[in-house]
Amino acid sequence: MNNPVLNVNAMSKDFGGIRALDEVDLKVADREIVALIGPNGAGKTTFFNCITGIYTPTSGDVLIDPSAEGRTVRINGRKPNHVTELGMARTFQNIRLFPSMTALENVMIGTHCRTKASIWGAISRNPATRREEQAVIQRSYDLLELVGLENYVNELASNIPYGKQRRLEIARALATDPFLLLLDEPAAGMNPHETKELERLILKIREKFNISIMLIEHDMKMVMSMSDRIYVLDYGRMIADGTPEEIAANPDVIKAYLGEDHDD
Amino acid sequence: MSETKSMNQQGFLNLFLTAGCDSFPHALRKSFLVAVWFAFLTFPIMVIKVNTIENTVVWHWHKIGYLAVAVFFGSFIWRWLLARKELKKDENREETRIESLLTRVQSHPVLKYLALGVLAAAAAVFPQVFNLYQTNIMISCLLYIVLGLGLNIVVGLAGLLDLGFVAFYAVGAYAYALCNMHWGLNFWFMLPVGAVLGALLGILLGFPVLRLRGDYLAIVTLGFGEIIRLVLENWGEVTMGPSGISSIDRPALFGVKLGVIGSTHYMYYIMIGLVILTIFSVNRLQNSRIGRAWLALREDEIACQAMGIDKMKTKLMAFSLGATWAGMAGVVFAAKTTFINPASFTFWESAIILSIVVIGGMGSIRGVIAGAVILILVPEYLRDFAQFRMLLFGAIMVLVMVFRPQGLISAKRKVYEYKVNTAGAANE
Repeated sequence: MNNPVLNVNAMSKDFGGIRALDEVDLKVADREIVALIGPNGAGKTTFFNCITGIYTPTSGDVLIDPSAEGRTVRINGRKPNHVTELGMARTFQNIRLFPSMTALENVMIGTHCRTKASIWGAISRNPATRREEQAVIQRSYDLLELVGLENYVNELASNIPYGKQRRLEIARALATDPFLLLLDEPAAGMNPHETKELERLILKIREKFNISIMLIEHDMKMVMSMSDRIYVLDYGRMIADGTPEEIAANPDVIKAYLGEDHDD
Repeated sequence: MSETKSMNQQGFLNLFLTAGCDSFPHALRKSFLVAVWFAFLTFPIMVIKVNTIENTVVWHWHKIGYLAVAVFFGSFIWRWLLARKELKKDENREETRIESLLTRVQSHPVLKYLALGVLAAAAAVFPQVFNLYQTNIMISCLLYIVLGLGLNIVVGLAGLLDLGFVAFYAVGAYAYALCNMHWGLNFWFMLPVGAVLGALLGILLGFPVLRLRGDYLAIVTLGFGEIIRLVLENWGEVTMGPSGISSIDRPALFGVKLGVIGSTHYMYYIMIGLVILTIFSVNRLQNSRIGRAWLALREDEIACQAMGIDKMKTKLMAFSLGATWAGMAGVVFAAKTTFINPASFTFWESAIILSIVVIGGMGSIRGVIAGAVILILVPEYLRDFAQFRMLLFGAIMVLVMVFRPQGLISAKRKVYEYKVNTAGAANE
């Protein structure tokens, strides 16, 4: 097996006296779909925030290896924009689009760290800048088409229906050209039909871009049917990991979700 | 046809009479109460006139009658306007008539160049047609357009509330005044130097306030603006203190010194050039990679960083580019007035420039120009009304904020050209 693209080693995060994450280990292999599940407040989003640089982990290592060839980089404490530049892009649980920009512009923002037009380039509009700009526009449009938003290209992000906003966020994250896509509850608030479509989209993205995907999700049907491996987080500790079948049969996981029986 | 028209008229009358109330009697009662309340509030200043020399009091009872009647009818209009605004809320995204006219003119190539040509011709003949006083007012209006467009980068595009913008303006002005006094450096050399100094100072101020946002940023920048003014006032050996610097050179045309009229006209054309340069640059910047990054920063800082935008670099760029225009405007200001002192760079100036941006429409070039024209020209032409001038000025600001909180001309996003892949579109 190749080197994992993301390797989290005994990572902890304290907020004052509260240990939100306790020595968490997690690995994502190349082209793998990994799901992170757990009850509300288990620390899943904190985990995402720690590996994407929004929080700095209190201890432990976050190692990435974009090409899966053994050249690892430690990214603890790097700034979020630097992490994105290195190739980890995310979406947010509570959608964070840029509401007064159009769908196309939202995706174009994603290409920011891969382009380099300067102030002078912007004012003089020299051929290099024009070429780059045109390439950015075309690529952004293609991504919108991929996620099925070709009818909303020039619509303001705030005017797009909720389910499509989630897709727009995915397109924006893809525009940063990631090796690992982190999706924070992509199916939240979607009906079963939309969830099914989203599942197809995520699988298509993996095929098309050859990237790894990690997602936090509460929709068990979706998680069970599409993930290669599942990690379960409870009270900041990783209580189980394995294939969907193993997780479904794991007594610890069932206990975490359904609660302990105190009657006996 | 005529039936629907009369129906519309009836609907309009109905709305006008009962806007914001349950029924017409309710509306009458409300207006009556408002009139009584206004009469009571204005009683001391409208009715009582005390003559301190003869120790008599004159009562102007008729005045309160006029006022009550005016307020009574005015309150109907006011409620109707508010109700109309509520009705139109759903179509808020729609453009107003002026905006759609501007868009139509802009998207039509012939009309666009025709409009630009008319505008250019009007700008070119303005000083020839109007007198020196008018030309001077126009120069200061153009100056505020440049300042407004500069601040628009910081406030309108990047969303960083800067209340100390006048500091950069002061630095540009003092740089030219001092260099001219000591070493006789000329205007054309100092114009780019002022721009660079503004940009450097913008970065210098930007560094400590990088972590701040919103109100906190506003307070710190306000303090910074005051610091610069206090330094100018108190560092007498260098800045000449409150007495200021006088007899600064006006710009010379190919080494020829012009008279008062000639140099005013010359100044006017320089300002026209500077405004065109500013509009050109800001327009290109706001639709570029950097401009989009500024917008993203304004909309959502966390998402912006998560999408790979360097927050620090982007903020510093906004501060320094905004300050660049202020630095240049400062040099022009010093050359125009030939005398500067710290009193020209008070907080009031920052507030005016900020009002131009907010009232005109944040992030909109056309809006900022409209804002500068209204806020600078209107008080000038209202000089005849002397004591009511600032009252009207305030009333305009309040009205704009109530009825068009997004500004007079709101920003419009650019529509990009792209190729549709027919093969890829059929994948759903």
